[in-house]
Amino acid sequence: MADGNGPGRITIAGLAFAFLMLVLIIVSVWLFIARPWWFPQLASVRGGDIDGVFSAVLIVTGIAFVGVQGVLGYFVARYGSRGTERAGYWHDNPKAEAGLLIGTAVIMTILVFMGQRVWASIYFTDAPPGTLEVQATGQQFQWYFHYAGPDGVFGRTDAKLISDSNTLGLDRKDPASKDDLITPEMHVVVDKPVKVRLRSKDVIHSFFLPNMRYKQDAVPGMSIQVGFTPTKTGKFEIACAELCGNGHYRMRAFLTVEKSEQDLNNWIKEQLAQQAGN
Amino acid sequence: MQVQHATEHAHPQLGFWRKYVFSTDHKIIGIQYMITAMAMAVVGGLLSMLMRLQLAWPSQAWPALGKIFPVAFAGNVMEPSFYVSLVTMHGTIMVFFLFTAVLTGGFGNFLIPLQIGARDMAFPFLNALSYWVFLLSCIVIIAALFVAGGAPLGGWTAYAPLSAVGDASGPGEGAGMTLWITALGLFTVSGLMGGLNYVTTILTMRTKGLSMMRLPLTQWSLLITAVLGLLAFPVLLAAAILLTFDRVGGTSFFIPSGIIMNNRLLGNSGGHPLLWQHLFWFFGHPEVYIVILPAMGMASDILSTFCRKPIFSYKMMVYSMVSIAGLSFIVWGHHMFVSGMSPFLGSVFTMTTLVIAVPSAVKTFNWLGTIWGARIRFTTASLFAIGFISVFVSGGLSGIFLGSSAADIYLQDTYFVVAHFHLVMAIAPLFAAFAGIYYWFPKMFGRFMNEMLGKLHFWGSLIGVYAVFFPMHILGITGHMRRIYDPLFYDFLKPDKNINIFVSVSAFCLATVQVVFLLNFIISIFAGKRVKENNPWQATTLEWETPCPTGHGNFGDELPVVHRWAFDYSVPGAKHDFVPQTVPPGAEKV
Repeated sequence: MADGNGPGRITIAGLAFAFLMLVLIIVSVWLFIARPWWFPQLASVRGGDIDGVFSAVLIVTGIAFVGVQGVLGYFVARYGSRGTERAGYWHDNPKAEAGLLIGTAVIMTILVFMGQRVWASIYFTDAPPGTLEVQATGQQFQWYFHYAGPDGVFGRTDAKLISDSNTLGLDRKDPASKDDLITPEMHVVVDKPVKVRLRSKDVIHSFFLPNMRYKQDAVPGMSIQVGFTPTKTGKFEIACAELCGNGHYRMRAFLTVEKSEQDLNNWIKEQLAQQAGN
Repeated sequence: MQVQHATEHAHPQLGFWRKYVFSTDHKIIGIQYMITAMAMAVVGGLLSMLMRLQLAWPSQAWPALGKIFPVAFAGNVMEPSFYVSLVTMHGTIMVFFLFTAVLTGGFGNFLIPLQIGARDMAFPFLNALSYWVFLLSCIVIIAALFVAGGAPLGGWTAYAPLSAVGDASGPGEGAGMTLWITALGLFTVSGLMGGLNYVTTILTMRTKGLSMMRLPLTQWSLLITAVLGLLAFPVLLAAAILLTFDRVGGTSFFIPSGIIMNNRLLGNSGGHPLLWQHLFWFFGHPEVYIVILPAMGMASDILSTFCRKPIFSYKMMVYSMVSIAGLSFIVWGHHMFVSGMSPFLGSVFTMTTLVIAVPSAVKTFNWLGTIWGARIRFTTASLFAIGFISVFVSGGLSGIFLGSSAADIYLQDTYFVVAHFHLVMAIAPLFAAFAGIYYWFPKMFGRFMNEMLGKLHFWGSLIGVYAVFFPMHILGITGHMRRIYDPLFYDFLKPDKNINIFVSVSAFCLATVQVVFLLNFIISIFAGKRVKENNPWQATTLEWETPCPTGHGNFGDELPVVHRWAFDYSVPGAKHDFVPQTVPPGAEKV
């Protein structure tokens, strides 16, 4: 029998452990329900899906967490001894094990499929027509954004042309590059899908837009395209999430989500005029 | 005492140096590993204290530290490059030079021959060599802190090309990085020598009657770990050699064409940065299990001993460890979901990763099953084994978020990851190692550690680790990136200031509690209560048949013969509530 010779003793150590588990459960449940700190403001379509996956996993793991820590605390309080009592001699329950095994497998399978639906919507879906394309290039410790400009065609870039004044090596002889804008700020339009083409000049960086729930590494030698659709206007922070050297922490940029396409075009024009003036 | 005399008689001529320093005795080597790893832990721990100081109070001037570290605290404020080198060195030291070393090197060496009824390892000289190479690797990695440019700043994962292009990418990436690679290469070689020894010894030198399915779970875990090490370490060694070629030989394994460092175009071509990540994590993920499996094995055995109850579902415990080990080789890509790796691979790695939750859940269920109906004796060792379960579960569950590639897009490289891996592969193994130290200390030194100080250490540690690492999940949810020098640089992280202060203050308290452990450990070696019997915890496994401390050769003239499994606690009808493995069937009733 489970209980050996009579019930176990309640000990101070056992009670103390159970009390700590109780505190752990209460504090963690409070943190996740009252949410005194939580995700940054959500501002993209994909962000809602990602937060949804997070919530689903949170419910499953939350139940498991409370259950296991609670049972552990209870058992430790309930089955103490002072040194002489005997425990039960039993050590198998294949049915319970099989149930647990299958149960866990089923829950994990459901979580995999839920997550993969979102993953596929981000990675396996082609950009819709009319998507704004922006090239984002990381270098120690700065982001640069390259807009094709009104002609919609990106000018040629060449690593050999890179200099202090031409950070991405844009070939100004290429006619397509005439209206190209290269700037340390990113501007996009609300509700209009954006495709970001990520590159790096030197080491690996990671393009992190907390409000958009967007993160993708920028790898030298690779050109990686992942998009998002902003749903709120405003100014948001961009960070680097991959350790890229001693200035990693200050590799920040800003993303402005404009109200309309017109606002974006005006901004591009202003920037081009400003750069020409310099 | 007669036994000890007989065995020592075989080696009467050994002086102090041969007996305690240049020893080939597995027990001495185990203790050497353990004490070296503890010294490394002190260094690694102090580095993390400096990190926490900076994170809680960024840009604060610390005149006292400015005097001690005039370069790292130029102008009394911590330099950003120093901060990232702290990150790198803390991770490297803790993962390799503490956890891998103390669990496999320390406990593996000490326990394998004792628990399988052998007189020593299969290759004692190779074993000693493994320790001395390990010590050399420790010296080399510490030296990285003191060379010009300082320690490397690429994190313990040393992603290329940051790590591959020399000091063009930052201070510390020159000489410091070279020493880092050298140290890891040496460590790997040492690990391979150890692993070879463990596998051979466990497979070929078990005493009569000790079939595989009678092994204590500690031995199973050490065997599986050694196999993992033999398969994973060579990959790291190969990667380290290729990285060295890139750095000094002009090759381009990890460096693509068109890299521009400081506006200078490098001449490399043809390499791929993701190759490093694949190689590193092909090693790196099994490495996680190299750390956690021995912890699981030890915690299981110690739990059963102090529960006075057989481990629940021994066979499933073995099978789940084997399957975790097997799966650990096909999940490495979950470290790379947003790395630019094909997103199709992301889907595959999500599936394989979440499969690992199944054997992990089985193990947790079995630990709870072991405690159900137990009669727990609350020693420091048993408390740490119980604490191990709690932190393993907390850390394991947060892994499900990260294993789901969609959720990982946001959580990758945030403090959520830091919280997860600290709980599951640092604190859980640490708790198991503490349980092991309190438990086997009498066997090592013939004395007990002080139980009152031990309990203070446990309660302080349990509260401390949750106060330090649980809030880090919340930091991660707010988007707090890891490895950043100044979180207040970002507006969206400003609300995290108080969490960071809370975590740092908790970390300082947690570190203070560890001083209690260190003092207890050192003082108890010389002045702890003497152990008067072979088997003070009334355990069943073979090491408890030998005197405390065990003499050279471990067992008397005759090796023990095993008649039963390692978990006969509270056998109905038996005279005592434990039946050692050497008791023949039927004899337990007398």
